[in-house]
Amino acid sequence: MLTNLVNWIDKRIPMTDTFNKHVGQYPAPVNFNFWYFFGSLAMLVLVNQILTGIWLTMNYTPSGEEAFRSVEYIMRDVEYGWLLRYMHSTGASAFFVVVYLHMLRGMMYGSYQKPRELLWLFGMFIFLVLMAEGFMGYLLPWGNMSFWGAQVIISLFGAIPVIGDDLTLWIRGDYVISGATLNRFFALHVIALPLVLVILVFLHIVALHEVGSNNPEGIEIKKPKGSIPEGEKAPFKFHKMFTDKYDIVDAVPFHPYYSVKDIMGVIGFLFFFCFVIFFAPEGGGYFLEKPNFEPANALKTPEHIAPVWYFGPFYTILRVVPDKLLGAGAMFGAIVMLFLLPWFDRGTVKSIRYRSLAHKINLIQFCVCFVVLGALGTMASTPVANFIGTVASFGYFGFFIALWVYSKNEKTKPLPERISH
Amino acid sequence: MKKLLIALVTLLPALALASGGGASLLKAPIDPTDQASLQSGAKLFMNYCFGCHDTQYQRYNRVAKDLGIPDDLMKENLIFTGAKIGELMLNSTTDKQAAKWFGQTPPDLTLITRSRGTDWVYTYLKSFYVDAERPFGVNNPLLPGVGMPHVLQSLQGVPTATFTTDDKGTKHVVTDEHGIIITETDGSGELSDDEFDVAVTDIVNFLVYSGEPSKLERQSLGYWVLGFLAIFFVLAYFLKKEYWRDVH
Repeated sequence: MLTNLVNWIDKRIPMTDTFNKHVGQYPAPVNFNFWYFFGSLAMLVLVNQILTGIWLTMNYTPSGEEAFRSVEYIMRDVEYGWLLRYMHSTGASAFFVVVYLHMLRGMMYGSYQKPRELLWLFGMFIFLVLMAEGFMGYLLPWGNMSFWGAQVIISLFGAIPVIGDDLTLWIRGDYVISGATLNRFFALHVIALPLVLVILVFLHIVALHEVGSNNPEGIEIKKPKGSIPEGEKAPFKFHKMFTDKYDIVDAVPFHPYYSVKDIMGVIGFLFFFCFVIFFAPEGGGYFLEKPNFEPANALKTPEHIAPVWYFGPFYTILRVVPDKLLGAGAMFGAIVMLFLLPWFDRGTVKSIRYRSLAHKINLIQFCVCFVVLGALGTMASTPVANFIGTVASFGYFGFFIALWVYSKNEKTKPLPERISH
Repeated sequence: MKKLLIALVTLLPALALASGGGASLLKAPIDPTDQASLQSGAKLFMNYCFGCHDTQYQRYNRVAKDLGIPDDLMKENLIFTGAKIGELMLNSTTDKQAAKWFGQTPPDLTLITRSRGTDWVYTYLKSFYVDAERPFGVNNPLLPGVGMPHVLQSLQGVPTATFTTDDKGTKHVVTDEHGIIITETDGSGELSDDEFDVAVTDIVNFLVYSGEPSKLERQSLGYWVLGFLAIFFVLAYFLKKEYWRDVH
């Protein structure tokens, strides 16, 4: 009965074949480690955001008069509304945690290098859209920090010469941030950007499955056809799309091997995620900020306007540059640098395990600078903080410049032929 | 990678120190599970605060249900505006009246402990002192130039602070070693100092409850969720091990 149904469908769309190509007979390197959990976790959080988001919209009212009240209505009068809201607000922060770690994984093991440049670019576009999504979502509770945070970020566009003022007016739909701004951000947050996000995630995975997954060794598992004796090949049935062109070594089918492993990762992640939801939903004031428990008030500026923590690194780069336009340029530049990473790295050895000491130190200093910039972004601006922030900004940009310089003639360790050898 | 993590972990406290702290606050000794304290807090709040401050996001019957107050008792004793039991908790002071009396509408207090912090509200309520220069005759170091009277004065008595004057002739309130204002009351209040502390604690406890009525439910559900996940993780671990046995 079921077989008949599957056959009936398969004659009409390639259901089984697609499943095999991408899941059941997809060759995944055998040596994925801890860092490889974060891709599937990002998908999990995306699904969480979409589902809880749909249910939140059922009771949320996107208007300047009602938005704040409707959030409290969800928190109090909607059955388990508090759970939906905390899952969504914690999910926003969790999304950036897993995406940052996912990106770090790519940087450590050179997953952006040829032939995976487009895969990296799609990922970076996801990151960019995610930041827009997070920013617009943050306005929706219409708390005072929502309001002033949006005020600060939108005013950045005003720094652009000639068109700046008209541009900010066009973004806000009003002379100040108002209900008009809230409504358009709502539309973009719940429809436009999630749609783009889902399409980009689809493309990200299509690109991944075309070039194949990298791994902690940075050694390809696809060898030229006929180069591997029969006994040495991975002892599994892979889809003919892969085996027709290559001999596959040191790989397992994604399902069931990595599906069961990812379940473990998901549960481990959910433990931390649920701990925050049920015991610390405010995330110490970083996930839900104190001034956001007051309604938006154009006459009352919060003592210290800070963006949400996940914008911290870029906000600090903006802040340490004295000129507003140059600052905004540096901030966008910081993101552009990440986009161009595959071209800054002129090396051919992917994994940090086989790269030079200089590269290891460079990546570590980059991570330290990124975290320092992030922490400073949530704090008040002081001369000391600005000095540290300036140093860290140089460290951030210096990573890419240094990489470009030393990667041309980098002294790397010899690569083994195979992962398992 | 380990070196990196260690470097990051050692760096964070240094940054936290660099950020500095705010005003010193007393620790509010509240117990959100203490229903008697919550009921007493509700009574004090409705009688002393609610005349001017709304808790407009909360409903009367939700308070009644969560605090174990029967609906008819709630209606008789705690609803002064003639509102129905299922309505939102709005007082009968209009914005126009408030503007006339205080210059602005007193803020809604539903979420005050979440926006200001629990300890802030507790310290604030205990920090009023007599200041003849202010329109309501009192001031508060946590909100200098405070625009409200000391509504709990009939309970606490008249609190006076001592002052020192610096070289420039500016007056400063004398504080204890933790930076908390020292006041002495004239004993005209209905409550002793200890009883007053309990009353303030009860009010703050009630406001913390108001800020998030589902907090206790959230936490008790949380233990079950984490327990379930812990068990599930063990199963998932062995499932993974079983599948991977032949590979490694």
